[in-house]
Amino acid sequence: MAWITPALTVLLAAAMIGAALVAVLGRSLPIAILAAGLVSLLASVLFLVLASPDVAMTEAAIGSGLTTFLFFFVLGRVRGGEHD
Amino acid sequence: MIRRAAALALIAALGALLLPLLLGYHPDEALNLTACYYAERTAADLGAANIVTAIVVTYRGLDTLGEVTVLFLSAAVVGLVLARGRTATTGGRPRLPAGELLTTGSRLLAPLIMLLGIYIFVNGHLTPGGGFQGGAVIASGVLLLLLAEPGRRLGHRVIALVESLSGLAYVAIGVAGLVYAGGFLDNRILPIGTLGELASAGAIPVIYSLIGLKVGAEFSSMLANLSETEEL
Repeated sequence: MAWITPALTVLLAAAMIGAALVAVLGRSLPIAILAAGLVSLLASVLFLVLASPDVAMTEAAIGSGLTTFLFFFVLGRVRGGEHD
Repeated sequence: MIRRAAALALIAALGALLLPLLLGYHPDEALNLTACYYAERTAADLGAANIVTAIVVTYRGLDTLGEVTVLFLSAAVVGLVLARGRTATTGGRPRLPAGELLTTGSRLLAPLIMLLGIYIFVNGHLTPGGGFQGGAVIASGVLLLLLAEPGRRLGHRVIALVESLSGLAYVAIGVAGLVYAGGFLDNRILPIGTLGELASAGAIPVIYSLIGLKVGAEFSSMLANLSETEEL
């Protein structure tokens, strides 16, 4: 079972890169915010796989939880002056 | 075109800088000297089952105090910047009410989420997680309440009181460690107890609970400020 951690790590890293590309290249802002949150969520799973549960909890609570909602709050406020 | 080429050149330069690090990487076969010290001495010296917590709260306690201060400063700056846009009372355009699903779900979930946050920071010396994680989880519960009732105003005085009292108590415990034990933020001002029990590891549970309350109050005040601001 020694192969399972590297395999899972590579899989999660590939999924993170995919989600990050969606966040950067996507046309719609809400989907970009959700994709950025997904990067954080996958990162927290990756930290858990790499045996650091403390960091994983921080990443899940702040990175994918609070930050995503913070972006949505701000997005809702600045909608009027949208440029691109 | 030039901007795109410059960006590509920057990325290539960054890759060339990081490539030697990747090529020269060898995973450690054993713990290094510092890690060895922490792994061997934490349980005997401080009585904390979670080594990460022992490092964050006691061995590197001063750094944690600095982190909490930085978080406090950013919360204060958010409040300062957003203070101009805040509506006086309940003025401005009326908010849309939250959906039935969100309102009912938040009544069930918000207390459970807060309880989980408190559990995380009270058990910080035994299980993974601690003050920062628990505080962020509590703030997510507050966020759920804010989303469920957009017109509601949180008690800013209560949040400020919790925040400043826990910060004051944190520093006071640190100074008590200076007087009664080995140094600033030393946890041995209270008995160490047996490893693995809730009331063990000296002052670590007390300090981490205070950090949890402080971080939760800071994040909550940031979220409340953001949700109460009408225009940016």
